[in-house]
Amino acid sequence: MWQALYEELKDKGFMVVAVAQESRGAEHARPWIEQAKSSYWQLIDVEHRLEDLYNLVNVPQAIWIDEQGRIARPPETAGSTDHFRRMDLATRTMTPQDQAERLAARQAYLDAVRAWVATGAHALPGDEARAALPKVTPEIAEARARFRLGLWLRANGRAAEGDLQLAEASRLHPESWSLWRQAADLDEVGKASGPEFWERVQALGDRPYYPPAKL
Amino acid sequence: MTKILTPTSEHNVAAHDGLWMSPVDAERVTGWTLKPEGMCRADLCVPLPASALAPNEVDLEAFWKKLGGPVVASEARDVWALGAPAEERNVALEGLDAPDFTLPDLDGVPRSLSQLRGRKVFLATWASW
Repeated sequence: MWQALYEELKDKGFMVVAVAQESRGAEHARPWIEQAKSSYWQLIDVEHRLEDLYNLVNVPQAIWIDEQGRIARPPETAGSTDHFRRMDLATRTMTPQDQAERLAARQAYLDAVRAWVATGAHALPGDEARAALPKVTPEIAEARARFRLGLWLRANGRAAEGDLQLAEASRLHPESWSLWRQAADLDEVGKASGPEFWERVQALGDRPYYPPAKL
Repeated sequence: MTKILTPTSEHNVAAHDGLWMSPVDAERVTGWTLKPEGMCRADLCVPLPASALAPNEVDLEAFWKKLGGPVVASEARDVWALGAPAEERNVALEGLDAPDFTLPDLDGVPRSLSQLRGRKVFLATWASW
């Protein structure tokens, strides 16, 4: 997904780290990774540890990190848009205009990454970066612990019990699409983008599924 | 044996009545050491109520809750997970030093964010689902 960007910028002190939030494990992610023919790091995160550390709620989200290891931009949607919500579900297609807008938004996001690498543009001052961080609540912290417990139980032959923990994690952290969709996928591949997913997206109403990066 | 999961590790501990265990095991699981002042890590100590202490034993559940961390257990209370306290995560993020992590690539080779110091890093998630 990021290979062209990486190729273009890798000699300018730039690195891409793509982290699969993939509780089914490395072999499940392998076909996508091999198809991407990427030369940046492709890491496997079975436990969604990155989402715990950075308080993430969906994929794809990106964090920009500078040469000193400082957060230059906090977690935000990595170029995806909500145009998919208007697609024709029977044919799974978007109107030409939506397709064009979606592409343009992604292009603008990639251009912002290019500008950051070239000149440091779009890096937020510390107080702005701090203000834009989503807060971890005690409910979110408990949701992470229950998610971890649920995955362990599932992996150790206690699927029904594990699923109860995963469901409770989702209930505690309803803003996390990742917790719900991962649990749905573990239940059955495809369920994460099935009818229940669409119902949840519809229930958002005017709220975004992918809040756009504030560039 | 009781199984205890932390955000990055997994332990088997001889615990009873919940998470009562020896101070040695408590330290193995959490990295906090029992001292007369309480549970200590580096130069920080968290005092424990008398109800969380017994001769050569400590109630890890009570300690972890005092820290503000979530403690959850399976129905049979044989598997437990201690989560990172919300405040610990917030303080780390607000410091703006990107939290370090080590995760494997497809071949199982461990990679750490800190290996990339000196470069701009675009850290992005994705999933098959």
